[in-house]
Amino acid sequence: MQHQAFQPHPEIAQRFEDLHPPFARQAATIEANRCLNCFDAPCTAACPTHIDVPRFIKKISSDNVHGSATTILEANILGASCARVCPVDVLCEGACVMHRLNEEPIQIGRLQRHAMDYFYKSGRKLSLKVSELRPEKIACIGAGPASLACAAELQQHGFQVTVFDRKPLAGGLNTYGVAEYKLRSVDSLREVELVRSLGVNFEVKDFTSQADLEQLEADFKIIFLGVGLGPMRKLNIPGENHPKVVDALEFISSYKTGGRISVGSKVVVIGAGNTAIDAANAAKRLGAEEVHVLYRREERDISAFSFEYENAKRAGIQFHWNTIPVAVHHDDMSLASIECAQVWPSDKDEFRKIPSSSFHLECHLLIPAIGQAGLLEFLSKCRGVELAQERVVVERATGQTANPRYFAGGDCVNGGREVVDAVADGKRAAIGIANVLQHEAAYA
Amino acid sequence: MPDTRKFNSVPNIAAPNIAANVAGIQSPNPFWLASAPPTNCGEQIMRAFDAGWGGAVWKTIGEPIVNVSSRYSSIDWNGQRMMGLNNIELISDRPIEVNLREIAQVKKLYPKNAVIASLMVESTREAWHAIVKQSEDAGADGLELNFGCPHGMSERGMGSAVGQVPEYAEMITSWVKEVASTPVLVKLTPNITDIRAVARAAKRGGADGLSAINTINSITGIDLDTFVPRPNVDGASSHGGYCGPAVKPIALNLVQQVMSDPASMLPLSGIGGIGTWRDAAEFLLLGCSSVQVCTAAMHFGYRIVEDMIDGLQNWMSEKGFATIEDFRGLSLPRVNEWKHLNLNYKIVAHIHEDKCIGCDLCYTACWDGAHQCIHLDRVSGPVDGHVEVHSKPPDVVARSRAEITVTPIPKLDHLDRSQRLPNATPLARIPRVDETECVGCNLCSLVCPVEECITMERIDLGLPPQSWEQRTASQATAAVTNVGAD
Repeated sequence: MQHQAFQPHPEIAQRFEDLHPPFARQAATIEANRCLNCFDAPCTAACPTHIDVPRFIKKISSDNVHGSATTILEANILGASCARVCPVDVLCEGACVMHRLNEEPIQIGRLQRHAMDYFYKSGRKLSLKVSELRPEKIACIGAGPASLACAAELQQHGFQVTVFDRKPLAGGLNTYGVAEYKLRSVDSLREVELVRSLGVNFEVKDFTSQADLEQLEADFKIIFLGVGLGPMRKLNIPGENHPKVVDALEFISSYKTGGRISVGSKVVVIGAGNTAIDAANAAKRLGAEEVHVLYRREERDISAFSFEYENAKRAGIQFHWNTIPVAVHHDDMSLASIECAQVWPSDKDEFRKIPSSSFHLECHLLIPAIGQAGLLEFLSKCRGVELAQERVVVERATGQTANPRYFAGGDCVNGGREVVDAVADGKRAAIGIANVLQHEAAYA
Repeated sequence: MPDTRKFNSVPNIAAPNIAANVAGIQSPNPFWLASAPPTNCGEQIMRAFDAGWGGAVWKTIGEPIVNVSSRYSSIDWNGQRMMGLNNIELISDRPIEVNLREIAQVKKLYPKNAVIASLMVESTREAWHAIVKQSEDAGADGLELNFGCPHGMSERGMGSAVGQVPEYAEMITSWVKEVASTPVLVKLTPNITDIRAVARAAKRGGADGLSAINTINSITGIDLDTFVPRPNVDGASSHGGYCGPAVKPIALNLVQQVMSDPASMLPLSGIGGIGTWRDAAEFLLLGCSSVQVCTAAMHFGYRIVEDMIDGLQNWMSEKGFATIEDFRGLSLPRVNEWKHLNLNYKIVAHIHEDKCIGCDLCYTACWDGAHQCIHLDRVSGPVDGHVEVHSKPPDVVARSRAEITVTPIPKLDHLDRSQRLPNATPLARIPRVDETECVGCNLCSLVCPVEECITMERIDLGLPPQSWEQRTASQATAAVTNVGAD
C-alpha cells in the first residue's frame, strides 16, 4: 500500500509562520561572504552528519546554489529539515570561530535553508552514485529520519531498499512531531519524495507478530531498525484517561495533520523538554489564553535548549518549578482543573510533596510531555538484538547490532536526540551495511 | 642603503596648508574631479566646488557626439558594489559653445577654484589651435589634452589612438603649445607597453605637466544567461575603460614609472582608483601634485571630498607636514629595482596564540599556497629536516570527518555551561610556525582575518646587507680571483 497524499490545513499555515524566515537572495550572498572558509572547519566537525559547511556556503557566494544544495545532500539527505530544526546554536553556529572575533556567528542554518529551498524549487533530482543495481534487498523499519537516511544512502549505491511504517505518511517525527513553525509537514514530505525518487520503495505495514518478522528476515538480506521510541510515558495520576488529556506527540501530530485547529482557553503542559515547549507554544498559537508548564525540578534542570525556553517565555508561557500534577478533575465532557503540589527533590528520581502546598490550575486541555518509553515489545521480537536501558545496543561506527543481520539507528539507539543525529546514525549504518554486503559478495 | 626612517608624530602643526600647484595651475586643495560625467556641465561643477572640490577637469570638449545606452558596467566583490567600473561613454555630447559659455560662468563665480578644459578634436593643427584659443578665452586655468580615451574616439583617430603613438602625441602637444598661454597637461593612456614613451614625447612636445592614468581597456564580464558582455547595448557590447578601486595599484605603478624617469618627469596629476584621503596621500607620496577623482564621486556623490580634505589635513598634522610639498614624492626613492633589495634580511611569521581564533586559514594557505612551514600538530622544540611533521591537510580533514559527533543535550550530556563559546581557542586548532622553514613570504599574515594575530618578526642574521647586484659582482670578482690562482 502506498502512503496517502497530504493537504495541509490552511489555518495551520497561517497560525504557524516561520520561526526563522528565509533569506532574500542578496542577503544570503552577503551572509555567505562573511564566512571565513575555515580549514577543517569547527562547524563541520560539530555537525553529526559532517556537512562540509564552508564548501556549501562558498557555493552560495559564487552563485552556485544547486552545487551548494548537492553538497549538503551529499552529507545529509534531510538537509532541508535539518536546516530548520537543528539546534544550530549548540551545533554548527555554536562552533563558529566568529564567536572568538566577538562577532555574530555565520547564520549557517538559514544559509542551508536557502540552498535547500532553491533545490526543491528547481525540481531537480539527485543522481545515483552507481549505475548498476545490486541484487541485495534491505528493509528499513520505520520511515523516520534514520531510515530515510539509511535508505537513501543504500539506494544511491545500487541496493534495493524498502521502507516500512505503520503510519499513513512517511517521515516519522519530521512529518508528525516537529512544531509547525519550525518544519511544516509538507516540507518533510518533500524530502520523502526525494528519497522515493532515488528508487526507494515505501510500504505501510505494522509488524506485530513474530511471524511477520520471520517473513521479513526471509525476504530481506539486512534489516535496519529505525523505529524510534514508543508511546509517551503515563503520569500515573487519577483522571488521566480522560479524552482531554492528550500526550504531546499526539497533540502535535493532530494539529500538523489538520485534525485539530483549536484548543481550550487554558492549557497545562507537564514536563520541560523540547517537546513540552513545542506543545506549549503550539497551544498558544492555537488560541489558548493561558498556557502553564509544570516541571518537577528547577529551572536550571530543564532539558529543553535554552533558546527554545527563551522562545516560550517570549510567547507568554508560564512556568511552575518544583511542581507536579496530583490529580485531574473533570466531568464527562470536559476538564475542570489540575490539582498540583509543590515538591522537594529527595533523591535522584524521587520527589517529596511539601505538605499543604497543593493548588488548582483551571485547565481545559492537559498535555503530558514526560518522555517516551522504548518500543520494548517490538524490539524484543527481533532475534538476537540486544537491549540495554530500553535502547538497542549497536557498534557506534557501523550501527550493527548483536545480530549481524540487524542494524539500528536513531532514537531507538540513542534514546531520543535530534533529527540530525538520526540522519547521521542512518547514514553510518548504510555504509556499514554496504561494507558487509560488499565483503560477502567478494567472497561469494 | 635604503632609508628606513618612519615618520612619527610631530605635535601641534595647526591646519596644514593643502593648496596645490600643478605646473602653475593653482587650486585650494589637491582634490580635482576628473574629466568624466561628474564634470559634465557648469551646474554640476559649481555644486562640486560648493562641496569643497579644489578643481575640476571639464568633461572633454570636442565636436559633440552621440552616446549609447547603457554605457556603464561594474564588478562587485564580496557583496560590495563597484570595486571596478567600466564605461563606454564618449566625450561631451553638448555643443562646444555651451560648454565654453558655462566655463566662463563658473570661473566668474569661483575664481579660486581650478577649471581645466579637457580637449579632444581631430588631429589637425587648425582644429587644435581653434579649441585651445576658445577654451582660454572662456577663462580655463589650464588645458588637459585627452590622449587617453580607449574606446570609441580612438577608432576615429583620436584619444588613445594619439596617446599610443609617441610621435603623434609629441606633434599635437607642440601644436597646442604654439598658441597656449595657460599650462598644458597631457593625459596618458595606460593601454601601452611602456607609459614612459608617451610621457617623454609629451615632454619633448613642450607639455607643462601630465595626468595619469586614463582608464584601462576592459571587458567587465559576460551575462551568463544572454552571453552578452556588459554593458549590454541592444544585445551587443564593446570594450570599455576600467576605473575604480580595482585599478589603483596599476595607476600607482605607472605614476611611479613616470615620476622616476628624468626624461618623462613633469608635474603630474594622479588618477586611478582614488576614493579616500589615504589613496590621495599615496599618489602625492609618489610625486603627484594633485589627484583626480571620478568613480568614487560617481558612487557616493561630491560629498566625499569633505573627508578627503579633513583626513589629509589630520594625517599631515600628525606627521608634521605643513604643506603638500613637505611630503610630495617622499616614497619615490623607496621604490627600487629588485636587484638592489637586501638579500641578507629575514623575517618569519609569528602567530600570537592569544588572538588566534582557530580558522586555520594560514595553515592551509601555507601548505598549498606557500612553503609548508605551518603545522597543526605541536612538537616540543625545533625539529630538523625539511619535512618536519607529519599530518598533511588531507590527513587532518580525514581524521576529523571520521569522528562521531552527537548533538549535546543539556540533561543527557551534563553540559558545563562555562565551557560554552566564546572561549579561548583549543590548542589543537592554533597553528604553529616552524621558524627554521619559514621563508617570510607573508602569505599567512595576509590571509589571517584577525588583526595583529600573525606578525612578521625580524630575525637577525648577523650579516651586512647585500643586494643581488652586489652578490653577483662579488662572485664575479671571486671567480676571476680563482682563475688567477690556478
